[in-house]
This record gives sequence, structure tokens and C-alpha cells, in this order.
Amino acid sequence: MDIWMALIQMLNGIQYGLLLFLVASGLTLIFGIMGIINLAHGAFYMLGAYLAWWLAGITGSLGAAVLLSLPLAAGIGYAIEVLLVRALYKRDHLDQVLLTYGLILIFNEAQRVFWGNDVHGVAAPAMLDWSIKLTDTLSYPVYRLALSGVCGVLAVAMYLVISKTRFGMWVRAGASNRDMVAALGIDVKLLFGLVFAVGAALAGLAGAISTPISSVAPGMGDNVLILCFVVVVIGGVGSVKGAFLGAMLIGLADTFGKVFVPDFASFTVYGVMAAVLLWKPKGLFS
Amino acid sequence: MLNATGIHTYYGNAQVLHGIDFHVAEGETVALMGRNGMGKSTLLKSMLGIVAPRRGKVRVNGVDVTGHETSSIIRRGLSYVPEGRGMFHNLSVREHLLMAARPGIDGRRDWTFDRVLETFPRLAERLDNLGTHLSGGEQQMLSIGRALMTNPRLLILDEATEGLAPLIRRDIWHTIRAIKATGIASIIVDKNVNVLLDFADRGVILVKGEVVCDGPAKAIKQDKSTLSTHIGI
Ligand SMILES: Nc1ncnc2c1ncn2[C@@H]1O[C@H](COP(=O)(O)OP(=O)(O)OP(=O)(O)O)[C@@H](O)[C@H]1O
Ligand SMILES: [Mg+2]
Repeated sequence: MDIWMALIQMLNGIQYGLLLFLVASGLTLIFGIMGIINLAHGAFYMLGAYLAWWLAGITGSLGAAVLLSLPLAAGIGYAIEVLLVRALYKRDHLDQVLLTYGLILIFNEAQRVFWGNDVHGVAAPAMLDWSIKLTDTLSYPVYRLALSGVCGVLAVAMYLVISKTRFGMWVRAGASNRDMVAALGIDVKLLFGLVFAVGAALAGLAGAISTPISSVAPGMGDNVLILCFVVVVIGGVGSVKGAFLGAMLIGLADTFGKVFVPDFASFTVYGVMAAVLLWKPKGLFS
Repeated sequence: MLNATGIHTYYGNAQVLHGIDFHVAEGETVALMGRNGMGKSTLLKSMLGIVAPRRGKVRVNGVDVTGHETSSIIRRGLSYVPEGRGMFHNLSVREHLLMAARPGIDGRRDWTFDRVLETFPRLAERLDNLGTHLSGGEQQMLSIGRALMTNPRLLILDEATEGLAPLIRRDIWHTIRAIKATGIASIIVDKNVNVLLDFADRGVILVKGEVVCDGPAKAIKQDKSTLSTHIGI
């Protein structure tokens, strides 16, 4: 593999990792802070992708579609938290898994009813629909770079919100001792609802902006969900920093695995997970 | 300010509080006493909605808050320093104080970050340490400081001096008296009944989930037989 090929794979791995991070950060926060195992998290990724494809068809602009799908995903996430998930905080994990698995079925059926089972593709916006020429035969699509850029900016923004703002302090304090947060007069229910909504919006955003590079298809949320659980476990449940490192690790392992050991490609991420857990059984940051 | 009537609280099938009436007036300091396991902490938690009483009513400033969320009861001008101090393992001392900051119900901000640090200078030296890395006394100061950041009208302290070295305990008592002098009402649960009764306005003694004594602190302090029967001193 020459240096340009390696560079391309590297960029692909980073981009995939950043995209996974958008989904996994919400999953880890919801699990770590609210104690909820949200199997339906991947469904928001799918929802975002379908909304983006559908709205892009209506508005004629992927950018507008992405911007519109954000509040929709957040709103649906908030409604699900208030109407269903809220009742589960004091229940055990089995009840949560049952409910959120049921939600996956509902989401998948809704997708079939509203949008059918065809596979769709979305073109990148014209402004970003070109490639940077690396050599005579190799080039790199600008859309992927832009996507990495957006994810990177969001990761930094998330870091700043969580580590510097009072909202971030409440979220972290909620992960440590939620009863004490309530005893300080902070509305934990609202806080959790917002975290759930933001998590749903981020997953939806990831699905929406990934439409030009991967197809919009039934079941697309399930693969992402499984990888994101791997990321969360590697990073340490509840740690956004851990989710970031875990996502980069899995993004790169998956991408390079497909290049170097194509026959075992589906195994590489689990190999990485096993190695990390042997070294740190509770994940990188716990 | 706070008024609870007929509080019955259970843990599962075990009844812990048997119809308690309890109140605190604006600016009043109430010593809540009783041996281990008599229900002092449970009474506090019942009034704050942390544990749901099966029967009884709780009013804050005349408003019925029975069955309300803990956070909304607290936001009516109450502040709670729980047994065990309630530190957040992932927040620094600075963050413990900043996250709680809020003007009082009357809009006043008497207690600011700087004033809390003036009151507890030891915290100023440890601003970037994690809450759980502090000594017991420092954690207690942080827990009280954090409660003050919400500019309460009523401060509720459950075992604020438990497990502290005598010198630190003296510091904490000194601060609690200073807080009382600013006009903030308080409910104080503490094993050091003698110190407590010296400056409290009123004392309440619980035995097995019932109020057996409710009167002026001075009178209770004189009443050696009540103290020895119900508290064991
Ligand atoms: N979460 C709980 N579940 C079941 N029983 C409890 C619980 N908390 C307290 N109890 C029981 O309720 C009774 C009253 O406990 P509580 O903590 O209110 O007493 P206390 O007066 O605060 O005692 P202490 O001085 O030891 O703090 C005790 O018998 C205790 O064992
Ligand atoms: Mg107690």
C-alpha cells in the first residue's frame, strides 16, 4: 500500500470514527447519566438519514434537509423520553431493553409504511461534490472532508459544553449522583429529557449527513447501534472522552481491517474491543 | 416557612414515621434530635419529597407542595446538606459551587462564590481538586458552601459535624452560627446536642417516628430527664 492509499484510508477511518462518535456520545451519556440502555438509539440514526433523503427530495437541498431533520429528531427524541423512557428510570435493565427494542420495531415499521423498503442515495450538495486530486489515479472527495470537519467541530463544541458550562456540570453531576442534583433544586427530569433529545438529534444528524456517502436503507440503524455499543464499552460507560477515543479506534480498525484482513473484516472491531477490555476491563475512562 | 402535618412514612411495609407535625418559622433555628434510627433523616427526606410520605401534608410558605418534585420544593428557598455530604466524584470544588449558584426566591444574591470562599478559606486553596479528594471536613464545608450558593431562606443540615476532628467541628459550628446570624432559618440534625441547644431557638425530639418533645431550646437544655430518657445524655 503506497503512502497515498494509506492517507486515503486514514482519512476514511477518521471520518468514520467521527461519525460514530456523534452517535455513540449520545448513547454513552444516556446510559451513563440516566442509566438507560437505549437500543432505539440507532433508530434515530436511521430516522435522520430517511428524513434527510425525504426532505432533500422536497426542498431540493440537502443542507436545508439536514437543518430541518435536526429539530425533528430532537423533538421526537424528547417526546419519546417524556412519554415512555421516563417511566423506566427506576425499573431494571430488562424492562428498558424490552421497551427500547419495541421502539426499534416501531421505527422500522414506520419507516416501511412512510418511505417503503427501497434503497436510496442522496447526492452531495453541488458546492461539496468534487474531489481533491492526490495523484494521477487517486483523489479524495471533498464531501468526506467537510463531513469530518462538521463532526470535529461538534466534538469540540460538545467538549466545551460538557466541561465548561453549568449545563455540562449538571449533566456530569447527574451521572455521579442524580438525587443530589435534584436536592440542589435542579430539574433533573427536564435535564434528562434534554440530554435524551440532544442525543437523538446528534444520532439523527449523523444519519442525515452520512446520506451522500452511504445508502439510505432499511436496517441501517442496527449496524451502527452495535458498533456504538462497542464504542461505549471501549470508552467506558458515561465517558464522552472515552466515546471519542473508542470511536476513533473503531473507525480506524474497521477501515484498515477491511484493507489488510478483508476476510476477517467484520471481526477486527471485536478484536480491538477484546484487547482493550483485557487491558482495562471497565473501558478506557471509567 | 416550612410546615408539615400528619406525616406518615413507610419503607416498604415498615412504618418509620407515625404522624409527625413539624414546622420552622422564618429565621428560626430548629434542633431536630433523637437516637439513631428514630426517623430524623426520614422526616427531612419526607418533607423534601425525596421519600414519598404515604399520608400527610407539607407546605412551604403557605403553598401545598405535597407530592411535588424534590427540585421544585427545594427551589422555594430551601437548601439541603444531606448525610454523607453528597459529593460529585467528577466535579471539582469550583464546579460544585458554580453549578449550584442561584439567586434566592427574593432575587437576592447575598451568597456568591467569593463570599463562600471567604467563609471557608480552606476551599479556596483546593478549587481545582475533585470533591471526593477532599478531607471529610473540607467535604462538609463544600457541601454547606454549595447549599449557600442557592441563597436559601431555610438551610437543612443533616449530621453536618459527623466524623470530623474536634477543631474542624468547631469551625463548622462557628460557621453555622454565623449563618444563623444572617437571618437564614435552619433545621439542624446533630449528635452534639449540647452545642446545638446552646444556639438553637427550638428543639424537637423524635422517638420511633413520633414527636415526644417540642419546645424552646433553652428549656430542653435544662430538662435533664427528658434529655437522658430520649437522647441518652
Ligand atoms: N432506605 C431505607 N430503606 C429501609 N429502611 C430505612 C431506609 N432508610 C432508613 N430506614 C430505616 O428507617 C428508620 C429511620 O431511619 P432514619 O435514617 O430516618 O433515622 P435517623 O434518625 O436519621 O438515624 P441516624 O441518627 O442513624 O441518622 C431506621 O430504622 C432505618 O433503619
Ligand atoms: Mg439520619
